[in-house]
Amino acid sequence: MSTLVEVSKLSVHFTLRGGALSRLTGRGSAVVRAVDGVDLTLRRGEVLGLVGESGSGKTTLGRALLGLVPATAGSIRFDGTELAGLPERRIRPLRRRMQMVFQDPHAALNPAMDLGTAIGHPLKIHKLTSGEAETRTRVLEALELVGLAPAERYYSAYPSDLSGGQKQRAVLARAAILDPSLIVADEPVSMLDMSVRARTIELMASLRDRLDLTYVYITHDLATAKLFCDRIAIMYLGRIVEIGSVASIFEQPRHPYTKALLKAVPVPDPSRSAPRDLPRGEIPDASRPPAGCAFHPRCPVAFEPCGWTGRDLRAHLEDRWTRLGASAYEQESRVFADFPDLEFSPVGDVVVAPGRLHTASDVLTVLNDARADAPDDPLWRGVTSMSVRDGKVVVGFASPVEPRLLPSPGGSGHVACHLHHPS
Amino acid sequence: MAGRFRRTLATVRSTGAVPRWLLYIGGATVLVFTLVALAAPLIAPYDFDQYRSDGTRFPKLGHPSGDHPFGTTVQSLDVLSRVIWGARTALEVVVLAVVFSLIIGVALGLISGFVGGWLDRVLVLLMDALFAFPYLLLAIVLSFLLSDAIGSGVVTTALAITVVYVPQYFRVVRGSTMSARELPYVEAARVIGAKPRTIIVRYLLANVVQSVPVVATLNAGDAILTLAGLGFLGYGIQPTEAAEWGYDLQRAVSDANAGIWWTALYPGLAITVLVVALTILGEGLNEVLNPTLRRRRAFAFLLPGRSASTQAPVLAAKEPR
Ligand SMILES: Nc1ncnc2c1ncn2[C@@H]1O[C@H](COP(=O)(O)OP(=O)(O)O)[C@@H](O)[C@H]1O
Ligand code: SF4
Ligand SMILES: [Mg+2]
Repeated sequence: MSTLVEVSKLSVHFTLRGGALSRLTGRGSAVVRAVDGVDLTLRRGEVLGLVGESGSGKTTLGRALLGLVPATAGSIRFDGTELAGLPERRIRPLRRRMQMVFQDPHAALNPAMDLGTAIGHPLKIHKLTSGEAETRTRVLEALELVGLAPAERYYSAYPSDLSGGQKQRAVLARAAILDPSLIVADEPVSMLDMSVRARTIELMASLRDRLDLTYVYITHDLATAKLFCDRIAIMYLGRIVEIGSVASIFEQPRHPYTKALLKAVPVPDPSRSAPRDLPRGEIPDASRPPAGCAFHPRCPVAFEPCGWTGRDLRAHLEDRWTRLGASAYEQESRVFADFPDLEFSPVGDVVVAPGRLHTASDVLTVLNDARADAPDDPLWRGVTSMSVRDGKVVVGFASPVEPRLLPSPGGSGHVACHLHHPS
Repeated sequence: MAGRFRRTLATVRSTGAVPRWLLYIGGATVLVFTLVALAAPLIAPYDFDQYRSDGTRFPKLGHPSGDHPFGTTVQSLDVLSRVIWGARTALEVVVLAVVFSLIIGVALGLISGFVGGWLDRVLVLLMDALFAFPYLLLAIVLSFLLSDAIGSGVVTTALAITVVYVPQYFRVVRGSTMSARELPYVEAARVIGAKPRTIIVRYLLANVVQSVPVVATLNAGDAILTLAGLGFLGYGIQPTEAAEWGYDLQRAVSDANAGIWWTALYPGLAITVLVVALTILGEGLNEVLNPTLRRRRAFAFLLPGRSASTQAPVLAAKEPR
């Protein structure tokens, strides 16, 4: 199979300007590394799944593939043409060959345009038809193609007349009418009713066969990815952490994050009941990714090189206090001079000062207690030493190493995890 | 087009009784004024500057009578005719002013909101400055400057009023453009290869003008007051050019002391009724056209926790929006 898109070392960073928080903390303007050094090859005719939790950079990667968001660094070659750094004016003609399907079908169609006009507009923009009559014929064909029949009726309908599934079909018709080579589908069924999800995926699969399409299928749902994809790339905080065939991802997942996703169960909105301020368990802020392997704070098998810092120590103690209750929190947090500041401690050894009326040995006691209560917590594998020096406690951490995406040992895919590539 | 009209009618029918009646009463009153203005040449007994008929001069400050149902002024002008012709002047000025300020304000708001960057900042600064300026003072200064350049008259006054109201359309349209710009269908327009101009005209315009009819009706009421204010202060349309209620009111001020009520009452009433009608029409439209908010469902995952002792969902993630 030949290559349609070749992405190498692609980064897309967003600078958050005027952030009140960054000015307050004096730590400069925040940069969100939505996509951070991604290598990816898209083969002609395949369906590649991009899977990851929300905030892992899937949408941004998909938009970058279509030149909708400028690359900060790296390259995107679409069928031999370099998109990175190309001005919008030069990308526009290429848009004929690459299309997108959006997550929210209710917002993807202009509410003030009837379907006939909306689906015919791409043809007009690229001057692909010789007149109104031909455009109309092509639009009716496209409507039939996506199963919006009788086409005549849908031709004059407005988006507000349609259900979510029908809207998504109309969006597919608008994309397919240009006969593109590539369609990036960004969670195309996540906002549809359960009952129409499978049929929408089936439709996409049938379009692939009829139009020789290559798909990038973005989803947070491995189940639909299994149905539709040939290969799957698992993303976490702007990086691909594992990529491989559907079989290798489902039967031999190697990355702990992939394994966690496979065990995930969809539940109705837990944000209402779950404590939201627990740092552990939430995908971290992409403007301050954890050191080393970005997944280490949530990884059940993390070990020494995975990137432990003072931030993890803080999270660990907060977890402990959440578990033990308010009185433990009262007693133990007082021991620290500036507990929240642990969050911003740099990579390397962390110096912890005791609070007023407390000594370094009090701090050491709390830390040792915490360790004794949860000796198996991966954090303690990363802590190399705890000692008192100059009236303060020095906590030594193993130096963080960033895992690289390398061929999986004994497999066909690639994985970025120290477990599989001990350095 | 017919479809969209049906849709709007359906929304009117589905709104509450009170806003619907506001809409009907305000609309009917405005319609009556408009018809009177349009038919002025047919229904006004005399010309706006006519003070005699068949060689006889009309009475000075004549009581309302058969010949002059609303009486006459100190200049022997027929008050009824002045009021009717005044409606025509008001209609001309307000329609011109609203159309001008709507076109300019909507266009600038769209460009500013869509393009952003320094152009946006400059325009916002300019519009805020205009907005902060006392509006009557602004209109006076402008009509002063304009009458030097192009002479006084309906168009000059309309232009002076235009500038006063441009910032309001600008603000409203810029705001909704900036939020609509982030919607998927605008990105979808980029995806199908549309140029910025096409995106603005075909994808944004129709969706950001929803609040414009409300602003326009409210502004029309305001513009009537500004027009009358200009006329009252003597910076408006000259008495030789057209009948104007504000000017008539100003001339009637001295009559009131002498117990002559009819010269002030009728133009004053015309101003008040029309302004109130436009305001309640605007409020009614506001109720009807106010877009309802849509709720979206959230999906989420629970990932298995790593320590068995923890009961709370250790790895929880939420789908966006
Ligand atoms: N236009 C943008 N400006 C600033 N930050 C953005 C923008 N788009 C995405 N981000 C940030 O980039 C990260 C990745 O977002 P996204 O690509 O939407 O992830 P996903 O699609 O996997 O949920 C998030 O932290 C998000 O807040
Ligand atoms: S490198 Fe592997 S083991 Fe270490 S934290 Fe990352 S996923 Fe876990
Ligand atoms: Mg997304």
